[in-house]
Amino acid sequence: MVAIRPAQAPDLAAISALDARLTGSDKPHYWQEMLGPDRHFLVAETAKGGLAGFIAGEVRAWEFGQPAAGWVFAIQVDPKTRLKGVGSALFEALAERFKQQGVTRVRTLVDRKDHLILSFFRAQGMVAGPSLQLDKELP
Amino acid sequence: MKLQTATRLGLYAVLELARDPARTLSSADLAESFGVSTHSLAKVLRTLSAAGLVQGGRGASGGYRFTGNRRRITLMDIVALFEPAPGSRAAEPGEETEIGAALQRVLTEIDEIAEATLRSVSLETMLRRPT
Repeated sequence: MVAIRPAQAPDLAAISALDARLTGSDKPHYWQEMLGPDRHFLVAETAKGGLAGFIAGEVRAWEFGQPAAGWVFAIQVDPKTRLKGVGSALFEALAERFKQQGVTRVRTLVDRKDHLILSFFRAQGMVAGPSLQLDKELP
Repeated sequence: MKLQTATRLGLYAVLELARDPARTLSSADLAESFGVSTHSLAKVLRTLSAAGLVQGGRGASGGYRFTGNRRRITLMDIVALFEPAPGSRAAEPGEETEIGAALQRVLTEIDEIAEATLRSVSLETMLRRPT
């Protein structure tokens, strides 16, 4: 079983390393900013104190015209501890914090080619939301 | 989104059987629950059986049961058995024109979103949270 607790500065190196290993991009400053006061940044810790995964999010109102919702910015689970409910435990812990802040909706953006993470959020009961994301390459 | 009849029947049959993998249902049982002909369903069940998703069906009383993995199999896995693969269709007249190509880009965008959606919904997700 894993324990879920708020991330702290000493966790950043392990968080950054896990993310870099899984995504191929190293972004320590981004994770540093996730420790900000308005953010929820949670880690899942194994019984031995290792990092099993993390999740980051924030309640934001009127982004893109939408009323307040809890946004999930990132979630990663160490492949060694996958299929053991770590991701679900992180998601539920974050959702609980969102609810305590009075929101009733959780939202995220997912790469449509990343079937693993899409399936994960679907399994949490998430469905297509009201927005469509649009992009343009700037010349 | 419009699915071919065989695709719809395939999804119905797999989802019904996957609800309880220990249970065996004949093609007549399945046909009756969805109000379709046994004949059309039998053909669909043969395709599902060849794909390893269901097993059984020998003899008149032979029943089928689900033999796949509910957590791994997605709606797309079943749709792909019955619908033409994206990109495999022949080019339509006019597609090589500027307008035809512009239209095709929009249609491809729609197809990609549809495929991502079907691929993200596992049988487990469908059966746990029926909508």
